[in-house]
Amino acid sequence: MSTTLHGKEAVLAEMGQHPALAALMAELPEALVDARWDRDELTLTVAPGQIVAVGQRMKQAGYLFLEDLTAVDWFPATAPRFQVSYHLLSHARKERIRLRVLLPHDNPKVTTITGVWPSANYYEREVFDLFGIVFEGHPNMRRILMPDEWVGHPLRKDYPVEGYR
Amino acid sequence: MSQWTATPILEVPVAEGAKDQTMVLNMGPQHPSTHGVLRLVLEIDGEIVVRLYPEIGYLHTGIEKTCEAKFYHQVVPLTDRIDYLSPMHNNLCYCLAVEKLLDLPIPEKAQWMRVLLSELTRLNSHLVWLGTHAMDIGALTVFLYTFREREEILRLFEYVAGQRMMTSYIRIGGLSMEPPIDFFERVQAFIRTFPEKIDEYSNLLTGNPIFMNRLQNVGHLSAEDAIALGVTGPPLRASGVDFDLRRDMPYSGYEKFQFQVPVSQRCDVWGRYEVRLQEMRESTKIIQQALDGMPEGTIKAEAPKIVLPDREKMKTQMESLIHHFKIVTEGFTVPSGEVYQGIESSRGQMGYYVVSDGTAKPYRVHMRNPSFASLQALETMCRGRLLADVVAVIGSIDVVLGEIDR
Repeated sequence: MSTTLHGKEAVLAEMGQHPALAALMAELPEALVDARWDRDELTLTVAPGQIVAVGQRMKQAGYLFLEDLTAVDWFPATAPRFQVSYHLLSHARKERIRLRVLLPHDNPKVTTITGVWPSANYYEREVFDLFGIVFEGHPNMRRILMPDEWVGHPLRKDYPVEGYR
Repeated sequence: MSQWTATPILEVPVAEGAKDQTMVLNMGPQHPSTHGVLRLVLEIDGEIVVRLYPEIGYLHTGIEKTCEAKFYHQVVPLTDRIDYLSPMHNNLCYCLAVEKLLDLPIPEKAQWMRVLLSELTRLNSHLVWLGTHAMDIGALTVFLYTFREREEILRLFEYVAGQRMMTSYIRIGGLSMEPPIDFFERVQAFIRTFPEKIDEYSNLLTGNPIFMNRLQNVGHLSAEDAIALGVTGPPLRASGVDFDLRRDMPYSGYEKFQFQVPVSQRCDVWGRYEVRLQEMRESTKIIQQALDGMPEGTIKAEAPKIVLPDREKMKTQMESLIHHFKIVTEGFTVPSGEVYQGIESSRGQMGYYVVSDGTAKPYRVHMRNPSFASLQALETMCRGRLLADVVAVIGSIDVVLGEIDR
């Protein structure tokens, strides 16, 4: 299937049998905000408050491995400005899904998923360091790549690429 | 937002009553066996590691930020510089991600060349790993042997790409240029003798009692811990998880090649040594298959607005000159969307997450590098073990600090 499906209804109608979607719709239907099938990749946008619960369901559905966690800054936009992307891999199904959480401009924060996948530890620290998104409940929410005394978060779009700040 | 305070690194008390016995030891960043500028803060009780805290970021150069300011094709040379031992894997992973965004089909010959070069890169990386790992343990000789063969591979890279290390040979839409006429013969000559060389390393190390005692039953990592901590690649397979992206989620035509995925149930440093040594033998087989079945044809996709034209065409055809000028000065636009492309690099699962907003510059490029995640497992593998084992364990996960710090 190489078509593009936009929107929750379209994805649910076409691929409601997908184990990740089925698990989510059976137990946490209110957590799914939006969905997209594009370039053979399934993206599920999840309510920020529900990410831990969704992560646990996905882990039960076979997505045992958190492959990547990062963020995107859609800068001039403020209503949701930040997007945190979680890439999950199922060894058995040989397939990835992407979870997405949208966060506001002011005081962006989301609950940590280190309780579900301990490997999120470094990734969340990296996102905090470079984007300034706080992961609540993280065991060690400190900068990881930049010096501890650094001011600002370099991967934000309003942070200049070159020159002095 | 930036109102936070740095906490002391080791403020959490350890086991009851053990506090006054332990000492904090700083290892690195300038330490010969940390494979780069990795700093480890160790809390030790006598010779036993109680806690271990890796401190990274010394090589952070903001490559992800730089990528956002470049055209898509200008990012390729930046990807070389992430991991100096496997530049082609980074090239390949980035190009596959952008090609996925563009929905650009790649000619078969280019795909097979990519597989060939990707496996040569794996050999190159594993050779450096083997040499330095053995050197950390005290077996100095192996280093000289592995670097002899590595030099051959670097010469092959230089021959095909013009550069020994920062090759930038794999480009969006194919390869940068046709391989030289006798390139395949030279690779064949190298591959013909290489399995004997692996036997040679194996003879030096596998039966060596000192090497065996230093490696066996050291750095235990269970399969559950490996998956939970994000460990991929040879360390994961040495913990008994049979998963390799080349076989299980094939890319760039890997599904056409026959090879075994070595797996070990040992879960220790020795298991990782065995898996990597076996992987080198399998890579040799893949290269042999790529040489035998190398298809005829072009090495660049038929996409004049994306792929730079040949020099000859550029000098003789107006159309090509215009395309060349446009690509160099304005880049090419990529349809908006987000993709994640994973490949099996020498160190594990590498992934590029590329987000496009429809312009000529990537909106966001994120690299998922295997060493970054594997480093998190270091404490699990070292806790409760001897301080001297830390060196063996670092060698066994084969970290490259360039790709951790980016």
